[in-house]
Amino acid sequence: MLDIEHVTKVFFPGTVNEKVALENINLHVEKGDVICVIGSNGSGKSTLFNMIAGTFPVTNGTIRIDGRDITNAPEYKRAFFIGRIFQDPTKGTSANMSIEDNMNLAYTKGMKGLRFGLTAERRKEFRKLLEPIGLADRMADNVGLLSGGQRQALTLLMATLSQPSLMLLDEHTAALDPRNAEIVMDLTKHYIEEGKLTAMMVTHNMQFAIDYGNRLIMMDEGHIILDIKGEEKAKLTVPSLVEKFREIRKKDYTSDEGLLTE
Amino acid sequence: MIEGILVEGLIFAIMALGILISYRILDMADLTCDGSVATGAAVATMCIVNGLGITVGLIMSFLAGVLCGLVTATIHNKLKLPVLLAGILTMTMLYSVNLRILGNKANVSLVRVDTLYRLFPEWFSFIPSDFAALFGTLIFVVAVTVLMDVFFRTDMGMAIGAMGGNEQVIISQGMNPASLKLIGLGLSNGFIALSGGLLAQYQGFADANLGQGMVVQGLAAVMIGEFLFSSNRISLITLRCILGSIIYKGLMFLGRKYGYLIGITPNDFKLLTGILVIISLTIAKTRSMASDKGARKKAIERTMKKEEENHA
Repeated sequence: MLDIEHVTKVFFPGTVNEKVALENINLHVEKGDVICVIGSNGSGKSTLFNMIAGTFPVTNGTIRIDGRDITNAPEYKRAFFIGRIFQDPTKGTSANMSIEDNMNLAYTKGMKGLRFGLTAERRKEFRKLLEPIGLADRMADNVGLLSGGQRQALTLLMATLSQPSLMLLDEHTAALDPRNAEIVMDLTKHYIEEGKLTAMMVTHNMQFAIDYGNRLIMMDEGHIILDIKGEEKAKLTVPSLVEKFREIRKKDYTSDEGLLTE
Repeated sequence: MIEGILVEGLIFAIMALGILISYRILDMADLTCDGSVATGAAVATMCIVNGLGITVGLIMSFLAGVLCGLVTATIHNKLKLPVLLAGILTMTMLYSVNLRILGNKANVSLVRVDTLYRLFPEWFSFIPSDFAALFGTLIFVVAVTVLMDVFFRTDMGMAIGAMGGNEQVIISQGMNPASLKLIGLGLSNGFIALSGGLLAQYQGFADANLGQGMVVQGLAAVMIGEFLFSSNRISLITLRCILGSIIYKGLMFLGRKYGYLIGITPNDFKLLTGILVIISLTIAKTRSMASDKGARKKAIERTMKKEEENHA
């Protein structure tokens, strides 16, 4: 489904600020995979998502989705296959428009024509879809009046409306209070299950990453250092994950030391 | 007298609608207006003077305006320049272009040819000639406004509105923001040039300096309109913009007529318009701060109440 081959991203190449954010990343995502991505700050999780979504061009490597090479496709063209949700709840919706107008915008992807898409029939459909997130009676209200949790729930609904091939969830509950975060996470699980979506989710919660999804990826310093799936993942616990991380890093440190002394 | 203000206000309103599109709907500070309004006037005048007729003249002025907007949007899209700078570039270039259109003259008069404002009294002979001009302009403005309302209710219009609020949404929905900006700025400047085309006919000449300070005046009209009432419906947003334009022209009229009492001359109008915009912005800011405060207060009250209920 998603094939990432030898992707490298270097920020500010050739300057003193040069930073290798991703180094030779190879990742193959199967259809139906639900992958939790963990890693400390600056490990390259967000950069990886930005590369997949096309926010910045890659320095090297190729990205394919459903066999199509999208390495150089602009972000808006990739959006046909990718639904992305940001940490900032204000990014996914337009605040100065009503809920139904926002929904109508997300109903079909791509350039809009001179038609009146928002028909009574479509309103009815939206009402049904908005029922589970408790916004059915506020369809004419401006999105700016909603709380962060409600906006994120709406963003989620809008992103899943077009059944994208891949969902990218970039810590999408991190900016919410615990109760709303839980609600939005439950909705996320519901939509992913219902639509049999393929998803990649960045999270800081190790326990959650272990419990949810069929695959876990750990990133560190621009590398994927752990990729655990299936049964092996089912057996995973927090201490064993931490132990694994230590093991891998220690190996690296010793080799680094080796380099220094020689 | 009152009908004069209304006609001026209505013609001005079409330009203010153009500015409403760029500043409020697209959230882009486009200064092309100062040039495109004069382009519209010049194109309409030359078409009429050369016998192409009023209809062709107005259509051509609209299209010329669209072209101006496309130039600004293209500079902005391709060179990634801030739209402010792109607009200034186009506006500056347009000054020379406008002189060319006017046949290298600073102004061309429309005497001894049929213009809308000479024909209105003939068409609407059943009402006094002063009011015929008002009636004709009103029909024109209503038609333009309805078209604009309808456009911004379509899927494409709504996408343009959404982009003004949040560009990322548009990208996430698989639309190219660059094309929407082309359409938006094109339409905005089309309206502005159309207003210029009408204005030339109303005042009886086209002037290369017609556009000076128009952006700020239009902005003042938009902001006065926003004080009247708040709404998120496009039909009411355009309506308040038109009302704001008329009020602005009314204020300027009062300034011209009674300004001498406090020592104001027409030379001071640009300064006063600028101050008007600053005051409007200040009031709008304090107003939104006050409503934020109010909302916060209400939220605190709500939670207090809930807690009390829980205790009880």
